[in-house]
Amino acid sequence: MSHYSYIVFIPLFPLFSFLILGLFGRKYIKIYSGTIGVVSLLISALLSVYTAYQYFFIFGKANGVFQHIIAVKYVWLQFSPGVSIDMGILLDPISVMMIVIVSFISLMVHIFSLGYMRGEERFATYYAFLSLFTFSMLGLVLSSNIFQIYMFWELVGISSFLLIGYFFESPSAVAASKKAFIVTRFADLGFLIGILILAFYSRTLDFGSLIEKFTSVQSPEFIQITSATFLGVSMLTWGLVLVFIGGAGKSAMFPLHIWLPDAMEGPTPVSALIHAATMVVAGVFLVARLFPVFSIDLTALQIVAWVGSFSALFAAVIACTQTDIKRVLAFSTISQIGFMMFSLGVSKYGGENGLGFTGSMFHLFTHAFFKSLLFLGAGAVIHFAHSNEIKDLGGLRKLMPVTHICFLIACLAISGIPPFSGFFSKEDILLAAFHSNKLIYGIALLTSALTAFYMFRLYYSIFWNKKISIHETPHGEATVSMKLPLIILSACTVLAGFAPISSWVTSDGAPLKSHLDISFSALPVLMGATGIFLATYLYKTQNSRPQTIASVLGSLYRGTYKKFYIDEVYLFITKKIIFNGIGRPAAWIDKNIVDGFMNLLANTTAKISALIKGIQSGKVQNYTLYFFGGIVGLALLFIYVFK
Amino acid sequence: MNEISITQILFVSTALFFIGMYGLFTRRNMITMLMAIELILNSVNINFVAFNKYLYPDKLDGVFFAIFVITIAAAEAALAIAIIINLYRSHQSIDVEDANELKY
Repeated sequence: MSHYSYIVFIPLFPLFSFLILGLFGRKYIKIYSGTIGVVSLLISALLSVYTAYQYFFIFGKANGVFQHIIAVKYVWLQFSPGVSIDMGILLDPISVMMIVIVSFISLMVHIFSLGYMRGEERFATYYAFLSLFTFSMLGLVLSSNIFQIYMFWELVGISSFLLIGYFFESPSAVAASKKAFIVTRFADLGFLIGILILAFYSRTLDFGSLIEKFTSVQSPEFIQITSATFLGVSMLTWGLVLVFIGGAGKSAMFPLHIWLPDAMEGPTPVSALIHAATMVVAGVFLVARLFPVFSIDLTALQIVAWVGSFSALFAAVIACTQTDIKRVLAFSTISQIGFMMFSLGVSKYGGENGLGFTGSMFHLFTHAFFKSLLFLGAGAVIHFAHSNEIKDLGGLRKLMPVTHICFLIACLAISGIPPFSGFFSKEDILLAAFHSNKLIYGIALLTSALTAFYMFRLYYSIFWNKKISIHETPHGEATVSMKLPLIILSACTVLAGFAPISSWVTSDGAPLKSHLDISFSALPVLMGATGIFLATYLYKTQNSRPQTIASVLGSLYRGTYKKFYIDEVYLFITKKIIFNGIGRPAAWIDKNIVDGFMNLLANTTAKISALIKGIQSGKVQNYTLYFFGGIVGLALLFIYVFK
Repeated sequence: MNEISITQILFVSTALFFIGMYGLFTRRNMITMLMAIELILNSVNINFVAFNKYLYPDKLDGVFFAIFVITIAAAEAALAIAIIINLYRSHQSIDVEDANELKY
């Protein structure tokens, strides 16, 4: 399709920007590096919006159904005829929606960082990493085959690692970046094995043919993969669950969520881009990409649903007790991604039953806006008050009016209060859960109430509550470059809910009509309002009620505050069990047996050479003697032996 | 007057060759070693001339070869003396035992 070939430039512009800034940024063009980053992203974002316009309004539909379009295809590694790894661009509703989100949020973060990161020593490096991340993420969502997505998957992992460890002088940032990398890498091992299983049975890496082969029940590949079992479970389930483990690692689902709260050591705009709006939803995107296959395998889908709903509730409970504003937001991100996951898990393929899929994608869309707005707002607060602990903050609404309003809009959106965007997407999710699984619906309702509670706890703690004394900062509330993205994102947060996502992004491509039912909406909104009311009662003014409740709950509160000791469990398993049980014996074998064998070889060689090195004496006459000796020897040989 | 047989000439040239060889192995002075090499070359020359005379009296190839070897020997002597002078400059000696840095 020739009118889509310009799409390659959407990921390539950030790549160029990364190369230029990475190679020349620190020495030659430091002052322009922000501008270069912003301009390249602006072009990408405009191209993405144009693509979306072209896809959704002009060319995308055929017979009323949105098509999967391979815009660009290029054979990258040819192993043998028919077996190759391709690089390609796949356009379908979710990838088009994702490129718009990624490039737009990334543009906002680039602009915000102009003010937030001003005066940093490694300013150009920061923008280079940010561009690298944007390139990788755009490449990920546009990937046309499962191996290509895996490569970009690792690239976003490495750029996330680089950006978390951006302040590498601080040991906690270094530890956090290592933790994030190791945990997600561990999960990616599952992903890789899953890819290998799926590719082995389908004999293809391409998404289109893979999905086609595994969704037609008569195809030989489908029969083969479902009849092969391992530990009593079919290989299809194994493959999908392993792929989901990769997605769960990237999306910080329980029990692989431990890296995300620590990832907040990175600069705040990075948290907004990578750890709230884009990279962490890659897991959701992956499941959505393979959704036709997932929808066939009910076991895998059940796992997705339960992991998602448990993570949603679990993270929401922890978020109520955290005192670091970025950590509250991090747990809220885990919780919201849990919503998207279980929404996919309760969905079915096609038609009205695909509401969960649409809801999940819709929530991904709205969440990207309000969560990045929350993070950028938190960034503005941290920039102003130089602290991200709740106890150091309070009463900022008069000092930071713009941030205050934007933050409030985002809080209302995430709490699901109409007419803000979060309301619409959460409605779809809850409706899908209601029709499919009442228990998950109950968990989701409870989580909605908790979400409203902890978000408004955060809001009141920052902007109301006690007054803090802040010595005058020279820059005022924030620079224009910081306020502008906040205002634009607020506008998006208000309006995104009205975007007709349900007629664009559906599981089978056919438009779905919107389901807004006042009688159904009443309960979730009431739950949200209860949460807000409770938070108002406890945190609007300074009082002793929160402490009283905490002391009544006692060890339950402390356990939640310590994040249910999950980190400690991991530390116990790694340090005590893995290090002692596997690490030390392996080190012993390495030191004594492997190294010992190598040392033996080296020592023997050294001894032999010490014995014979006298031949090379450096004396000319010895060499002459060898020379003539050789001639005599050869002469004797030719005279007597080879006559 | 008795003809001198080729055996006698070969005996002389062989003796000359081994005298040169002995000198090359035992002398430490590089000039003396150079002289020993000249002895070896000249023993070869005697062989060339003798074989030419006794085996192919109507040809001159062996004689030309002998002249050729003398020319080469002159060039080689110039080179060797240049090496010896350089060695003397760096080691203040022309004893080969003193120049033994190039070893294991």
